[in-house]
Amino acid sequence: MSQLLTVAAEEMENPLIPPIPELVIGLIAFVIVFGFLAKKLLPNINKVLEQRREAIEGGIEKAEAAQTEAQSVLEQYKAQLAEARHEAARLRQEAQEQGATLIAEMRAEGQRQREEIIAAGHSQLAADRKAAASALRQDVGQLATELAGKLVGESLEDHARQSRTIDRFLDGLDETASKAEATR
Amino acid sequence: MSADPTQVLAFETDCHIFDGCGFPAPGLHSFLFEPLVGDADSSVYFNKTMLLALLGSVIVIGFFWAAFRKPKVVPGKLQMVAEAGYDFVRRGVVYETIGKKEGEKYVPLIVSLFFFIWMMNIWSIVPVAQFPVTSIIAYPAVLAGIVYVLWVSLTFKRHGFVGAFKNFSGYDKSLGPVLPLAMGIELLSNLIVRPFTHAVRLFANMFAGHTLLLLFTIASWYLLNGIGIAYAGVSFIMVIVMTAFELFIQALQAYVFVLLTCTFIQGALAEHH
Repeated sequence: MSQLLTVAAEEMENPLIPPIPELVIGLIAFVIVFGFLAKKLLPNINKVLEQRREAIEGGIEKAEAAQTEAQSVLEQYKAQLAEARHEAARLRQEAQEQGATLIAEMRAEGQRQREEIIAAGHSQLAADRKAAASALRQDVGQLATELAGKLVGESLEDHARQSRTIDRFLDGLDETASKAEATR
Repeated sequence: MSADPTQVLAFETDCHIFDGCGFPAPGLHSFLFEPLVGDADSSVYFNKTMLLALLGSVIVIGFFWAAFRKPKVVPGKLQMVAEAGYDFVRRGVVYETIGKKEGEKYVPLIVSLFFFIWMMNIWSIVPVAQFPVTSIIAYPAVLAGIVYVLWVSLTFKRHGFVGAFKNFSGYDKSLGPVLPLAMGIELLSNLIVRPFTHAVRLFANMFAGHTLLLLFTIASWYLLNGIGIAYAGVSFIMVIVMTAFELFIQALQAYVFVLLTCTFIQGALAEHH
């Protein structure tokens, strides 16, 4: 061990007594560190940590907002879909009902027209028959009269008698005809 | 550094067992350094510990400067590491003891203390430096002094003179006749012993750690002769084990120091009970 160190050790026997210069340097060293950290660097990082916290919380809030919006949109969409389905069902129902009534109406109309046509045919037929019958009666009467006149040589111009005779004749004819019809 | 090799290595380099040379055991002299500049007697000098102290400050500031000068919301690797350290002290120490509301004000001090002390301790195992600054009582004493002034003045500010006295003396009527004795002990314990133990706890741990490391390091070298080589190997393994252990102790002592600081501040702020 060197002489100098031995001397120094004897001088500084108590290691618990701090030498003043080292106290000063220690203070300076610490104050420098404290100054830099407290005045500049820690406020710096605190600001950023705060920003980060806000960013994270903001992100979470945004995500939550997006989720609730998506949820509401989904519900809206579902509601619209249900409404549309309902509407479609209603329309189909209505169309069916309308179709049914339309068909019924058309059927009724057809029936009516048919009946009308039939009725018109019937009345036409009856009128035609009546006209034919009356024309026939006249012609037959005339022909018969002419024939009879020719045959008997006597003019049966007298209208009254003539028509009475014809009517009698025709009634006889009618009678035979209805009798024939009855027997049929 | 001094040209004298004993200054650099703290023991003589050509001394081995069986050489008729005694074991150069480490001792108080291992903690004394020739001034690099100036004269030890004149009280104006600059030695290795001072250099390490200032260099340590520069390193701590440099680290945090690099990490926190332009911090980003999405941190880089360095910022992440620094943030982890900062967060550990802030939440793990300050918020846990003083509470978030009252403690926020003291976070910069506690963070500075923790990293300053840790750096000073780490010097112990940094190659070439290999000396814990905190094993010189002056450095822990300064820090403990700052803390002492802080918590004592805080107590006066918070509780007034009488309140502070009650706080220091642990005034409690229910003690009855023992009260004066209890108050005397409490006053002594709080105002005189507390700052002393606060400083010495750190100092002694680092002092002992460094002595142990020195012991095994010197022994590894000293035993390196003849049959002694086997023992030198054991000793060297102990050097490695102790270095790892010191690494742990360094962080632990820095943590203990700031934890106690927080406890003192919390005690000063708390209502006396």
